[in-house]
Amino acid sequence: MIEARNLHKAFGPVKAVDGASFVARDGEITGLLGPNGAGKTTTLRMLYTLMAPDRGEVLVDGIDAAVDPLGVRRRLGVLPDARGLYKRLTARENIDYFGRLQGLPENLLKSRGDALIAALEMGDIAARRTEGFSQGQRVKTAIARALVHDPRNVILDEPTNGLDVMATRTLRQFVRRLKAEGRCVLFSSHIMQEVGALCDRIVVIAHGRVVADESPDALRAQTGEANLEDAFVKIIGSDEGLAA
Amino acid sequence: MNATGSTTPRRHALLTVFLKEVKENLRDRRTLISAFLTGPLLGPLLFVMLISVTLNRELDKADKPLPVPVIGAEYAPNLLDALKAGGVVPEPAVVDPERAVRQQDADVVLRIAPDYGKAWRRGEPVQVELFFDSSRRDASAAVERVTRLVEGYSRQQGALRLVARGLSPGIAWPLQVARRDQATPQSRAVLMFALLPYFLVITLFMGGMYLAIDLTAGERERQSLEPLFANPVPRWQILCGKLAAICAFSLASLLIALLAFGVVGRLIPAERIGMELDLGLHFATNALLLMLPLVVVLATLQSMVAAFAKSYREAQTYISLLMLVPIIPSLLLSFMPIKAQAWMYAVPLLGQNLGIMQLLRGDGVTGGQLGLCVAGSAVAVILAVLVTVQLYRSEKLAISG
Repeated sequence: MIEARNLHKAFGPVKAVDGASFVARDGEITGLLGPNGAGKTTTLRMLYTLMAPDRGEVLVDGIDAAVDPLGVRRRLGVLPDARGLYKRLTARENIDYFGRLQGLPENLLKSRGDALIAALEMGDIAARRTEGFSQGQRVKTAIARALVHDPRNVILDEPTNGLDVMATRTLRQFVRRLKAEGRCVLFSSHIMQEVGALCDRIVVIAHGRVVADESPDALRAQTGEANLEDAFVKIIGSDEGLAA
Repeated sequence: MNATGSTTPRRHALLTVFLKEVKENLRDRRTLISAFLTGPLLGPLLFVMLISVTLNRELDKADKPLPVPVIGAEYAPNLLDALKAGGVVPEPAVVDPERAVRQQDADVVLRIAPDYGKAWRRGEPVQVELFFDSSRRDASAAVERVTRLVEGYSRQQGALRLVARGLSPGIAWPLQVARRDQATPQSRAVLMFALLPYFLVITLFMGGMYLAIDLTAGERERQSLEPLFANPVPRWQILCGKLAAICAFSLASLLIALLAFGVVGRLIPAERIGMELDLGLHFATNALLLMLPLVVVLATLQSMVAAFAKSYREAQTYISLLMLVPIIPSLLLSFMPIKAQAWMYAVPLLGQNLGIMQLLRGDGVTGGQLGLCVAGSAVAVILAVLVTVQLYRSEKLAISG
């Protein structure tokens, strides 16, 4: 479970995140939806302890990120906005490197890697160096690398960004599988269809604040709009920065 | 980042980072060439070429016939015979000796006055003129040779005149200067090898340079630093693993360079001009001891500079500037020969420079000097590591865009 409590983060005069609170529960997919520049990435960065909030708390499985950032990171699998792979290493070596940094023993490293490579349908590229990978191959490798330690909680920052239809489908199935395994999945997106199709719960962020935190059906009911897209526009107050 | 509640074995994470960086960089051709080929071998090669050219020129000058234009050769046939015996080849007179020297047509021109014969027969002193340009260093050997021959002839004739008058030649030279040169064959070599410490430092520098850039600025530019920092490993451990990888590469460079210097040391015909050069095992082990702390100093400095930079290119620019720093002590020592004080050994770079020069002189390095050298560099390492750890802690470091 991931809890954000009243998070604030400012860069100079710019308030990127201005009092965001929400909870992402185990066995659920929580979507963090908002237009570009709403503060999604900054919020996620605070959740995985890359940044310290100016104010507010982050709790992962009840562990306070300010007290035990390493404990938090051990319980998180993170696909950050930056997907950089090591291009002189193979996909497999990229995965193994992060597994070792997570402290996995060698035998577990092998079996976890095999399972992820199968689940993400990347058996054909596992032994190849990542230089020249397509966007989809890169994202798959980065996700496998992020989940190699079998974390309870998964944070994905715009995972389908730049992927083609096939890769997107594979990824959605994979995310549903993570949910079925009882994990807490939190992912950000500015694509409404995706959030509507996948999520049990939608947290809408605008101008660094949480403006709605409901199930898709509840959102529709709350706004009186039958169409999710219209519901979002109504909540955010404009359709700027959103993609259908 | 606080490491409270950490259950990850520390050494493990550090070693993991180290092994991965080494493996990854062993696959990079540019890094390999710089660390194991151009970096360590360029120095020795350049060195052997420079020294050989210098030595051969010196050797040539001593033996080779020396062409000297002589004006008024017909007035002093005996003097000319003496010069010829000393290897001078008299050449036809030039019209304007000043211009010939200035335009580098001749290294030195000799002019004998028309009244030479008359004055000689009367036993009066006569003047012979030597035209040369003392700012032309390559001509100085020729000038000195002709001067010596003329003076030798003059002294010899003077002695003959005294003997002819029944006097002892000793009367004319009440003082005799006996020159006792304390230079050893090794210390004479030092003059030429003043740049050797710089070559060694540059080798270290080149060996670690691409790694230092790649592991910080490069990783940041490729956007892989943010995912890396999402792992439950304190940033200082990641940094230390990276530093260890940089050190390993620059140490390998140094070893290759020392080996190469050992080989070229045998090729340099130093003994032919009365020098002795020991670049063998004794030199290599002592130089290695001296340079060892510097390996860490440079690796940390490079990482620190690279951590300031936002991109690979920017880091490259900064590090090129940093490369000028190690030349300072070498220049200082070769232009203003200062007597080494104890504290100087504690100054990183300067200490190594002094120590290596001492090794070349054949004096050896004392334990105390070595200790100071290591201690001074260790302080520099600690400072640089602290600053770099601080940089690594910054939130901005991981964020690429």
